[in-house]
Amino acid sequence: MPSIEASNLSKQYGSFTAVSNLNLKLEGAKCVGFLGPNGAGKTTALKMFTDLIRPSSGEALINGVNVRKQKKKALESVGTLIEMPEIYPALTPREALTMIAEIRGVPKAERKRRVEEAVSEVRMGEWIDKRVGKFSKGMKQRICVASAILSDPSIVLLDEPTTGLDPRGMSEVRDIIKSLKNKKRLIFMSSHLLSEVSDVCDEVAIIDHGKLIVYDTLSNVTAKVSGGENVVEIGLRNTVDVELVNKIAAKLPYIVKAKKSDVTAFRIEFSGGLDIQERILADLVKMKIGIVSYKPSSSALEGAYLSLVKSTL
Amino acid sequence: MSETTVISNNKVPGSLTQVGITMKYTLLDYIRSRRFYIMLTIAIVISAILTFVVGYYRPESFLATDLSFYSGWWGNIAIYVIVLSGIFFGGDAISGEFQNKTGYFGIPNPIRRSSIYIGKWLSALIASTVILVVFAAITVGNGLYYFPSVPSEFGLSLLFAWFYLIAVLGFTFFFSSLFKSSSMSILVTAILFLFAFNIIQLFVANFAQIEPWFMLSYGGQIIGNILTLPYPLHKVVTSFGPGGGAGPGIGGISLTTFNVQIPEGLAIIGIYFIVTAILGLVLFERKEFTG
Repeated sequence: MPSIEASNLSKQYGSFTAVSNLNLKLEGAKCVGFLGPNGAGKTTALKMFTDLIRPSSGEALINGVNVRKQKKKALESVGTLIEMPEIYPALTPREALTMIAEIRGVPKAERKRRVEEAVSEVRMGEWIDKRVGKFSKGMKQRICVASAILSDPSIVLLDEPTTGLDPRGMSEVRDIIKSLKNKKRLIFMSSHLLSEVSDVCDEVAIIDHGKLIVYDTLSNVTAKVSGGENVVEIGLRNTVDVELVNKIAAKLPYIVKAKKSDVTAFRIEFSGGLDIQERILADLVKMKIGIVSYKPSSSALEGAYLSLVKSTL
Repeated sequence: MSETTVISNNKVPGSLTQVGITMKYTLLDYIRSRRFYIMLTIAIVISAILTFVVGYYRPESFLATDLSFYSGWWGNIAIYVIVLSGIFFGGDAISGEFQNKTGYFGIPNPIRRSSIYIGKWLSALIASTVILVVFAAITVGNGLYYFPSVPSEFGLSLLFAWFYLIAVLGFTFFFSSLFKSSSMSILVTAILFLFAFNIIQLFVANFAQIEPWFMLSYGGQIIGNILTLPYPLHKVVTSFGPGGGAGPGIGGISLTTFNVQIPEGLAIIGIYFIVTAILGLVLFERKEFTG
């Protein structure tokens, strides 16, 4: 089972503490969002997991292996995208990614196929033999995403992976992350986009001033802050009928509140965790009201985030 | 939480193989870069000017013997070609990993930083060697036009030049590891090699009358000295004054010139390379990708 563990992990720059005694263990196949304000220590923590910086104290462990002491072993099954890397400008994506594939020990017989697949997954197929120096930031970012997934790693560390991408690129990267989830990978992803985290992550870790504030499932984090209630957003094929929303609220006992939120969407606040969330979906499907989408509310996460981060100021 | 089985048949290669991988791709980057062609142009332009000057003016100092030809052409210029190559290919080789953020692409992989450092150093050595070989080939081409054969001393000089190139690249990589700014590391390296070392050497030898054995540029003089017959004396004192050069009489001055001997020169070059390579590696291992 893939795992990432920060054990009393700290990073000090003179008198400034970037990360303070971070203890966090992520295990198994899931996507964990890493949230926090600017300067909270997210990137610093991710850099300590990838040998870009050294911890002042504590340990960064990947699959139980200390990154500092045994970097090669620790990172052998990890794909990374930290900040916005640059690629040697005179190389083509094919060459740059083949270099990474060779470094990571992708078998020679598979290299060409894997490189082409990764490039095609980030929709850069037609640019595969053009020099990177001429690419825009977003195009380079796509190639860097390809390099993170190239070796089919069991763990993927992503630092704001959609930064610099256009809306289509952002959506495509989110799809890649979702497909990695389906392939049972452990993904640890920092982001400022709460809607993105709500969309793709199962759990969230929130950090502020270098300290971990909370680490739990998305629904538990939002529930903790909203007094035990979670929020889901339901999208319908047709216009939402307010009477129908009220009827649903009255019929399903675990619903605390239901409210129309858009022309074709309404929100449900409920008590309980994932089991209840699943039951609500099952009940709504049975009611045949024309559901086209069902997801935890990003605004609920935003509320939780603002509440938690504000409370540490 | 679901159990996970990730089947991967990747096998991370050994560090030596990874050095080769890094070398292969950074060399590809170097030889396609504008700076490689600029450096190649510089070497060709210098050679073209020398070809014209020697062919048109037929200077006696160049054309007296085959050795004087190679001494005047190769012995005087090769050091500058080496230093410029060192600056071009080594000046920002490591600092660029930080400033240009290419380090963020390579370092978070299962590869030791030392493999990246050595791989990049080797590719810089190969790119610089190509430039040096081009300059040597033009030198030999011109030499064969005026003289029937190439003196054996030129072979040794070429070998010493290559050793000097190795040490210069060790030094430039070390300086590149000190900085996070590419322009700063290139500027400092250029100032040191093109001005500071020569000035220090001149002052130390002539005024303090101390042999500058601690200067890499002093060790590099074996490249030119080997082309002089007989090999220059270790210490030469030249006096100027009222005695008409016979000696420093009242009001006269004397200048001391040290000529590095071959074993000493090789030792200086070797020690410089070993020390700067170790220091550069240690610095790169410890440097953090902050900001």
